[in-house]
Amino acid sequence: MEYISPENTLNANTRVLCCQCAVPIEANPSNMCVACLRAHVDITEGVPKQATLFFCRGCERYLQPPAEWIVASLESRELLAVCLKRLKGLNRVKLIDAGFAWTEPHSKRIKVKLTVQGEVMGGAVLQQTFIVEYNIQHQMCDDCHRSEAKDFWRAMVQIRQRANNRKTFYYLEQLILKHKAHETTLGIKPNHDGLDFYYATESHARKMVDFVQSVLPIKTSSSKKLISHDIHSNIFNSKYTYSIEIVPLSKDSIVCLPKKLTQQLGSISPICLVNRVTSAIHLIDANTGQVCEVSATVYYRQPFNAICNPKQLVEYIVMDIEILKEHEKKHFPGQGQVSNKVVVADAWVVKASELGLETAPIHVRTHLGHVLKPGDSVLGYNLCESNVNDANLDKLDKNVIPDVFLVKKHYGEKAARRRARAWRLKHMADDLYDGSSANEDYNDFLDDLEEDPDLRQNINIYKDANKLAVDTDELDPAAPRITLAEMLDDLNIEDVEMSEV
Amino acid sequence: MAVRVQFENNNEVGVFSKLTNSYCLVAIGGSENFYSVFEAELAEGIPVVHASIAGCRILGRMVVANKHGLLVPAATSDSELQHLRNSLPDAVRVQRVEERLSALGNVVACNDYVALVHPDLDRDTEEILADTLGVEVFRQTVAGNVLVGSYAALSNRGGLVHPKTTIQDQDELSSLLQVPLVAGTVNRGSEVVAAGMVVNDWCAFCGMDTTSTEISVIESVFKLNDAQPSAITSTMRASLIESMS
Repeated sequence: MEYISPENTLNANTRVLCCQCAVPIEANPSNMCVACLRAHVDITEGVPKQATLFFCRGCERYLQPPAEWIVASLESRELLAVCLKRLKGLNRVKLIDAGFAWTEPHSKRIKVKLTVQGEVMGGAVLQQTFIVEYNIQHQMCDDCHRSEAKDFWRAMVQIRQRANNRKTFYYLEQLILKHKAHETTLGIKPNHDGLDFYYATESHARKMVDFVQSVLPIKTSSSKKLISHDIHSNIFNSKYTYSIEIVPLSKDSIVCLPKKLTQQLGSISPICLVNRVTSAIHLIDANTGQVCEVSATVYYRQPFNAICNPKQLVEYIVMDIEILKEHEKKHFPGQGQVSNKVVVADAWVVKASELGLETAPIHVRTHLGHVLKPGDSVLGYNLCESNVNDANLDKLDKNVIPDVFLVKKHYGEKAARRRARAWRLKHMADDLYDGSSANEDYNDFLDDLEEDPDLRQNINIYKDANKLAVDTDELDPAAPRITLAEMLDDLNIEDVEMSEV
Repeated sequence: MAVRVQFENNNEVGVFSKLTNSYCLVAIGGSENFYSVFEAELAEGIPVVHASIAGCRILGRMVVANKHGLLVPAATSDSELQHLRNSLPDAVRVQRVEERLSALGNVVACNDYVALVHPDLDRDTEEILADTLGVEVFRQTVAGNVLVGSYAALSNRGGLVHPKTTIQDQDELSSLLQVPLVAGTVNRGSEVVAAGMVVNDWCAFCGMDTTSTEISVIESVFKLNDAQPSAITSTMRASLIESMS
C-alpha cells in the first residue's frame, strides 16, 4: 500500500494535451511534453561542439589562453578546467556536470561530457547532456622554444679550481648546499676543472658570485656577449659569463712563499702548510707554530703554488718526540701571531716502509707535538727526496728546507675509516663524483671533516642509515669521530605501496 | 470549423477581433488579409464590421459582446459608437459603460447566456452587463487568474480554459456555464486562450501558430466539426448518382 498525497492526485488530474504530439501531460510553462520541447529547442545551441586545445610536446603542458601553460594529465581536474574555459557559450546556460568520456590516449582527441540546464520558453528549465570533442594540436610553448633555440640561459657562472688538490672545491659544494645558494640555478654542468652554473637572469648569477666571494678566496672576471639588440628602444640582449677561479691551494698542501710575502706576513718561514682555506688561506709554520692568513687580494698580488700535494704524503713512525721548551722557542721582533693550539716539538721519525732497517731516525721540527706520541704513525712529505719545480723554492737556501714536513697524524687504514663512517654528505649532482682519483680526493676531504671540527661547523652532515651497524673494533679508538649530535636526519619521503584490495 | 489566421504577423487574433453569433468586429489593419479571412468564412451569415475602440486596434480586449448586445468602454468616441450602432443588426444593443477596469474583454468572459466576470468588477457594470447582454453574471477566477476574459474562451456549446485550471475548477465553471469545458492551449502552448482565438457556435479563428493538436482540441470542445454535410452530398447523393448513371 502506498500513500498518495492529495496534491499528487490533484496534479495528476490537471492534464492538458501536449501542443505538439497530443500526449496528455501536466501543464507546464511551454505546454509541451519533454520530448517535444527537446526536439523543439536546443539549449546547447550557443555552445560549440568542437574546440581546439594547444599542447606543447616539449614540456607536456596545455595552453590556457592568452599565455599561460598548465601541466595537466589526461582526465585530470586541471585538464577539465582548461577544456571548459575553451567553450565560449557556457555562460548562457547553467553547467550542472562535466566529465571526460574515454578516448584513446594517442588519438589527440579529448571528449568532455557536459550536462547543462537552460531556461526555455517562459520559465521551463530543460536539462541536456552533450559531448564536446576537443582536437589537440601541437604548439611549442615559449619556454621550450627558447630552450630549443639554445637561448634559455642568460648568465653563467663558471667555478674553477686549477689544482691537483681539490678539497676546497668539495668544501665549496657543501657550503652551497648548506646555504641553498644553487636554488635559482637552471642547471649545473660538471666541467673539466669545476662546475658551470646556469641562470635565467644576470642578478641570480651575480648573487652566486657574491656568495662564493664571501666564503672562499677567489678571483672573478666577467664578460658578456651581445645576442641581439633593438636600436629603436635601446634594448640590448646579452649573455653574461662570470668566471670564478678559486685559489689553487687546499688544506694539507705545502706552499713556498715568495720572500717579499714572508716579510709582509710577520717573517713567517717560507715553507708553510696550508692549514685551512676559508675566506682566506690559513698558513702555519711548523718550526715555530706561527700562523698567518693570506686573503685573496694578497694572494693574487703575489701568487704562489703548492710544492707538495696530499698524494705525495708518506707514512712515518715517530721514534721519539720532545716538546720544545719555552726558552728554546725562537722569538724575534716583528714576528706574527703564534698559534696556541699547536705545540711545537722535536720529533725523530722513520719511514714506515723502512721500519726495522738500520737507518737513523730523521730529526724534524713539527707543530703536531700535542697529538704525537712515540710509536704513532704520522703522514708527512719527504721534501729532500721530492722533485719540485718552483721558482720560489729554488731561491731558498737549502739549509732552510726541512728534510721532512709532518702534516697530520695517521689514524689507521683509510678503507677501515671509510667503512666506519656513519654519516654522509649531500651532493648537487651525483654524476660529478665518479672518477677514481676524484673519489680518493673526496675521501680525504671526508677524513678532514672528521679531524677538524672548525671545518665541519659550516656544513650539513647527515646520518647514513645504512652504515650505523658497522663494527668499529678494528679502528684506532683515538681516531676522531663526528658525534651523533652533529649529524642531521635526512628528510626521507617514501611512497608506501598500497595493498591490492 | 477552426481557421488559422494572422493579424499583421501577430498570432493573437483574439486581441484584434470579436466574434459573436450575430456579428463580427475586426480591427482596422494595414492590409485587408485578416478581414478577408473573416469575411470569407462569415459574410454569408453575419455582418463582419471594421471597428476601432478609442482609436485602438485592440478591440477584442476592450469590448464584451454576445449576440444580444455589445458593451464598449467609456473611452470609445461618439463617432465610433455611432459607427457600431449603424453597422450592427438592429437587435443588438450597444452600450457604453463607465468602468475602472476599462479593458472589458479581459475582465468578462461570456456566451449568450452566462458571463464570468472579474471579482472586482463594479456593481453597476455588472447590472448593465446583465441587462444589455441578457446574461447571468458570476464573479469567478480561472486557475487563480482574475482576468477571466483572457483565460477563458466560451461559446454556447463549449469552453476552453487556462491549462492549469484544476478539474474541480473546471467542474464548477462548467456547472455555472452549463457547457462542457476543457483545459487547453492555443498558438503552440500559449495559455492566454481568449487572446489567441475567437469562437462562436459554428466557427473559430485561431493564431497561425496553433498546432493541429490544439485545433483538434478546439474543434472537439466547441463541437465545430459536427456540422452536417450539405444535402447534396448526403440525402440527394444516392438519387443523383442513380440519375447520372
